[in-house]
Order: sequence, then structure tokens, then C-alpha cells
Amino acid sequence: MTAGRATTAGEGVPPGGEEVLRVDGVSVTIDTREILRGVTFSLAAGELVGLIGANGAGKTTLLRVILGLATANVGTVVIDGAARTRPGASIGYVPQKFELDPDMPLRARDLVALGIDGERYGLTLPSRARRERVRSALRAVGAEHLAQARVGELSGGEQQRVLIAHALVRGPRLLLLDEPLANLDLSAAQEVVALLGRLTRERQVAVLISAHDINPLLPVMDRVLYLANGRAAVGTTDEVVRADSLSALYGHHVDVLRLHGRVLVVAGPGDASGVDITLGDHGDGEALELHE
Amino acid sequence: MSAVARAIVEPGFFENGPVQIALAVSAVVSLVVSALGVITVIRGQAFAGHSLADIGAAGGSGALLVGVGPLWGFFLLALAGAGAMELVGADRRRSRDLATGIVLGAGLGLAALFLYLDSRLANASGATSTILFGSIFAISSATIPVVIAVGAAALTLIAAIYRPLLLSSLSRDLAAARGVRVRLVGGLYLAALAAAVALSCLATGAILSTALLIGPAAGALRLTRRPGMAVIVSAAIAIASSCVGVLLAYDSYYWPPAGHGWPASFFIVVLTVLAYLAASAFASRTRRAA
Amino acid sequence: MFSGFMVNTWIVASVVAVLAGLVGFFVVLRGAAFAAHAVPNGSIAGAASAGLLGISVLAGLAVFSLLGAIAIAVLATRDRHDIAVALTLVLMLAVGALLLSFSSGYAPATYSLLFGEILGVSRAELGPTVGLALASLAVLAVLYRPLLLSSVLPEVSEARGIAALRIDLCFLVCVALVTTMTVPVVGTTLIFSLMVGPPGAARSLTKSPAAALVLSVMIALATVWLAIAAAYDLDLPVGFLVGVLAACAYAGGRGWATLRRGRAAVARA
Repeated sequence: MTAGRATTAGEGVPPGGEEVLRVDGVSVTIDTREILRGVTFSLAAGELVGLIGANGAGKTTLLRVILGLATANVGTVVIDGAARTRPGASIGYVPQKFELDPDMPLRARDLVALGIDGERYGLTLPSRARRERVRSALRAVGAEHLAQARVGELSGGEQQRVLIAHALVRGPRLLLLDEPLANLDLSAAQEVVALLGRLTRERQVAVLISAHDINPLLPVMDRVLYLANGRAAVGTTDEVVRADSLSALYGHHVDVLRLHGRVLVVAGPGDASGVDITLGDHGDGEALELHE
Repeated sequence: MSAVARAIVEPGFFENGPVQIALAVSAVVSLVVSALGVITVIRGQAFAGHSLADIGAAGGSGALLVGVGPLWGFFLLALAGAGAMELVGADRRRSRDLATGIVLGAGLGLAALFLYLDSRLANASGATSTILFGSIFAISSATIPVVIAVGAAALTLIAAIYRPLLLSSLSRDLAAARGVRVRLVGGLYLAALAAAVALSCLATGAILSTALLIGPAAGALRLTRRPGMAVIVSAAIAIASSCVGVLLAYDSYYWPPAGHGWPASFFIVVLTVLAYLAASAFASRTRRAA
Repeated sequence: MFSGFMVNTWIVASVVAVLAGLVGFFVVLRGAAFAAHAVPNGSIAGAASAGLLGISVLAGLAVFSLLGAIAIAVLATRDRHDIAVALTLVLMLAVGALLLSFSSGYAPATYSLLFGEILGVSRAELGPTVGLALASLAVLAVLYRPLLLSSVLPEVSEARGIAALRIDLCFLVCVALVTTMTVPVVGTTLIFSLMVGPPGAARSLTKSPAAALVLSVMIALATVWLAIAAAYDLDLPVGFLVGVLAACAYAGGRGWATLRRGRAAVARA
């Protein structure tokens, strides 16, 4: 599975396969806060990398920079050999937040069909070829039986599958998923993880999945990209998720406990004493504070 | 010096009876409505707040038809509207938006009917204007005690449910997990909102009702993250806008087209919108400062 | 009911209903009922000032509704959508109150602008209305896919290159166009009912977006035709009938959906 090639944590050398994504020295500063500092890594076809970090560590920011929705103050993003500066159609993306109303008149097959050419102007005629593409995308994620169901009435896990089908229907080389497991129960999460592992191999896509808990991804991850303090450590789990490398990353003492194949990172004291809830959805992180 | 003062505040301003009432009423209304406004903005129920004003207008015109005082008509129908929105709508933002729209449509339809019958039967042809646009200078001093009483009642209700209301407005799931009766609290909030809106509609007109509900609160929330502070800032903006607005309206009596005076609602609305834009710009600039 | 002067009313009302049904599909999808209410309601200022300046009411409505659409779209980039709508609405209404205070002739003309008037359609208005309708249809056909995608998955659509502001502005302009056509029959106050009730009912009756579009149009047409017929026979305001019928359509749709879900649950048991 993992190449097991010895690498220094911090240098992202892919284990094999064509390089699809290269992020070089990306730094992002928002409102005087340095969200990301000199993040460097690359992603190869057929490789699944977990983007791990606590809430607010900068995972979504990094994904947005890759997508072209946010600009890096320093550094470059290169996808398939072309520098990326603006959003475009060639990356599969499953967002963290989506609101699929139960009453919405949209079936799973309609949502996937939107993945084919939803951003183009003008009308298209339904054709057998389109229907077949949608069907095969749904089949690949094991959701063919859901094609006629309302997307809003599907369970969390089923919605994730349909969204993955939507993201993959055009055969992109790069697939980004922002916290896909966040609202799923354990068994649904395991199914989605297994599905993503399988799709990565079968389709030779480069996959980057962000999560705040590394454990569900352990079975399928090739490498991990660990974000803390705005900086990134890249490498295999054994290389990166260790007390010494993570302590260096965080800038203070960190304990890593392993029990029965599960990993627990204890990052130390100092969490906010209040409850931070985000108001509004403009991606600028406006939060209201409620102090107990 | 006194010439400048006289230019800003036309003679007789502070001694003028209707002006005094207008200032007093607008201050009380601003206080009540802007406090509720903060919760409304946090909950994303600006549409509901505005709809209750229009639905209340239907109630007001219906009341005129029957010969009852408009306040009760306003209040009753606004409450009914709030109840309908709760029943029809669900917790999800989109279906609540749709439910509010349907209830508002029905309410406005009723307003159309009542106004039509009003003009046919009771021959009160100025009814449309009075109900929909209202005039802050046309309030009698007899309404002041009612204004204060209803306002106090609404504020007391909100104060009683403040913590659970705030929690469930910020995070529904968190509140439910802590045992808050989310739907009950939401329903009580809507009832208080209905009362406050009916009050402000009658005192200041339907336009101002929405403007004072949303504008100051939205501006305050751009400036501060703490809800308690936001209520204070919001009330300050609301009262300031109302008082300056009343002043300008009084002054405008001498402006073209002569003899008329411009409506106070125009000034107050423009002031609250300006306050919001200023707050928004200030917030962006301080955030971007290195 | 179908004699000479009423023919224009039927034509214009049908055209308005078709467009309201189509645009309304997206209004409900995007949760933009507030905007759909605010743009027509705020535009009453435009109609009033047009009268003052001697310009056609249609032109006044068009300008104000477009300005309102732009204001909402721009404000919505800095704050939440419903705040942007509320502020734009009160500003437009305040200007309306100001302009109304300047004029003297009030009640009857404004009533028909607000709540509709079945006898209000002149021959001259027919041409521009149909023209506007065809233009709106063309715009909607071009925007259908990106509008659908951005309404359902806004983040993904942005990642695919559809700027949120651009698509929101296009959508709101469509709402403004529908608004401009409504004066003759339905009135600015209740046109939004046509954009909310029928699509709300349609979504309960079908799960396919194309079918929901068609149903939305059909229900809107039925609503408007019934409203005009009843207004003519019972001598009641059209706006009142539209508001109530739209609510009934929505309730009917919800009732049907609940029944169907109950029957499906029983069948599964």
C-alpha cells in the first residue's frame, strides 16, 4: 500500500504515479492572522492524502486556495502542469456545507447530471449518452438504486455518495473533499472512506480529504498532511504522527497515544472557554461569542 | 452661533406638542424594536419581522372596517400570522422562508380585501396611506400609555426567555441538546415580535417598523460580536436616528415643496441605512488594518 | 367576461403567470421569497414618481425594480441576503413615501397599482409586456443550468467559475423583469404570491426539476385565470384572490405530499 519510502517529514515526495497537484510555499494571511505559512506538498494520481488539522487550522483555506477561490499571498499552486489562479471546471469538489432541502424537486440523477456541465450557459437536450454517464457515475459510488430519490430525503451517507458521483462524473484528475465525514455516524463514515479508497485506485484520481480526526482515514490514507499553527508536515502516518514531529509543528509539547490501532493526539490546554458559533456563510469566519 | 443653531433646529421645535409626543413615542418604540431586532437578525428572521408588519396592516384595515381601534386589529392579525408561520413553517431556513411568503401573501390579500371594502363601505379613502405609511406626527397623547404598556410587555417576555432564546438562535442543535424547548421559545419570540411590530407600525408606520427592527441591529452586529453589547448599540442607533429624523422632518416644513414637510419616515429610514453602511465600512476597515 | 377589453387582461395575465411560474421555481429554490416580495413592493415608488414626471408607469417600475435588484445583489456580498433585502426594501419604500407626499392625487390610482385591476390593461401596454416576456424567457433559458447549480450547491458552483454575485444579480434582474410586467393585472403587492405559491405547490407534487417547472407554470396559470374570473363575477379585488388562491395551492400541494407519504409508509409496513 504505502510506498514506505523514507522521506523527511515536511517534504512531500509522492510514492509513484504522475504528479497532479503541486503546492509550493503557500502562505495566506487574513485580517493580520497568518492562516497558512509556507505549505508545500504534492499529490500524485492514485494517491489519497488526508488533510488533518483542528477546526480553524486552515484546512478549508488551503482547499479554497487550491480551488482558486482564495488567493495565496505567497506561493504557487500548479495543477496538471498549469498554474492555477482562478476557479475553473477541472477539479472535483465536495464541499463541507450544503443544504439539500427535503422538499427540493431534485433527484440524485439530476444532481449528478449537473456535475457534467452545470456551469455552462444555454440549454441541452437530454440524450442517452448523458443518461448513461450519470448512471455509471452513480453505479461507481454504489448509489444506482437512489437515482430517482429526492436528494434532500437521502441520509447523510447517501448524500455524500451522490455528491462524490457529482464530483467525479466528468472524470477529473483531482478530487477535493472538505470534511466529508463530519456529520456521519461511524458505519456511514466507514463506508464512505472505503468507497473513496476504492475510487482512488480504480480511477487513478488524486484525492485530498480534510478531516479533524485522523482515525477514520487510517485504513485508506497513503500519506497525511498535518496542519497546525499554519504549518504543514507531510509524510506517512508513522513519520508524521509522532510526538516529536507534531511537537515541532505545534510549537509546544504534544503527546501521541496509540491504542489498538487508533491514534489520539493530545495537543495540550488552551481551548477557548466560550462557545464559538459562526453566523452567516460568507467564508470570512464571522463568529458570535457566547460566554458561559 | 445662535443663527447656526436656529438653522439646524427650526424655532419652536422643542415646545411643539406633536413633536414632543413624536420624540417620546419614537424613543420608546426604538428601544423595544431594536432589542428584538438583534435577536431577529441573529435568527435570520428579517422576512418574518417585515411580514408581520404587512399582515398587521391587514388587521388594522380590517379593524377600521368593523369600527374597532386599529391597534387591536393589528395585534390580533399579527399574532395569528405569527402562529400560522410557526405551524406551517419548519425549522429549516428555506421552508421557513417559503411558509412566511405564503402567510404574507394570504395576509396581504386580506389587506387588499379590507381596504377595498373600507373604501366602498366606510368611505375611508385615506385608509391605504395611513395604514401602510403611517405618520409619526399623527399620534395622539392617549396612545402613549398603550405604547409603553405593550412595549414593556414585549420586552419582559424577551427578558424572561433571553438565555434559551439566544442559545437556540445561535445553535439550534446545541440548545436542543441542553434541554431547551426550541419550538416553544421560537413561538414565544414570534409572539413578542408580533406585539412589538404591531406597536411600531401603529406608532411609526409599517415602513419604519421594519427599518427600525433590522437596520440598527444589523449595523450593531457589524460592530460587535457580543449580543448584549449589540442590543445597546442597536438601541442607541435607533433612538438617535429617530430623534434626528423627527428633527429633520420638522425642519423640512420650510423646504420645497413648501408647506408640506417631508415625511419623518423618509429621514429615519435613510439615517438607519446610512448608519448600517457606516458600521459595515468601519468594520471592514478595522479588520483589514495591518 | 371574454369580450373586447377583457381579452387584453387574459393575455397579459397569462403571460405574467407563465413567467411568474418559471422565475418562482428559482425563487423558492433559492429561498428568495423575501426578495421576490421586496422588489415589487419597493418599486411602487417608481410608479408614483413616474406619474409625477409624466413618464409611463411601466418605465418607472422598470427602473426602480432594476435598481432594487442591483442594490440587493451588491449588499448581499457584504452581509446576509435577508438583511440586504430588508434594507433595500425600506429604503425604496421611504423614497416612495417621500414622492407620494409630494403628489396630491392618491387613493384610486395607487390602489390598482398595489392590488391589481382587471380592467387596467390597455392595448398599448400589450406589446411591451409580451416583448419583455419573450426577453425574460430567453434570459432564463440561457441561465437555467448555472442558476440551478448555484441554487443547489453554491460552493461547488463558485469553484466551477460561476461568481455568486453575477448569478445572483441575473436572478434578481429576472425578478425585476417579472415585476415590471405585473402592473396591469395582479398588482405589485401580490405578484410575489404567484412566484411563491404555485412553485411551492409544484415541488410537493413532483421530484423532477423539469416537471416542477412545468407544474409551477400550470398552477400559476390556473390561479390567475380563476382569480380574474372570480374578480369579474364577484366584484372583488384580483390581488386578494391571487393571494388566497396561491396559499390554497400551496396547502393543497403540502396536503397531497403528506397523504402520499402516509400511504407509502402504510404500504411499507
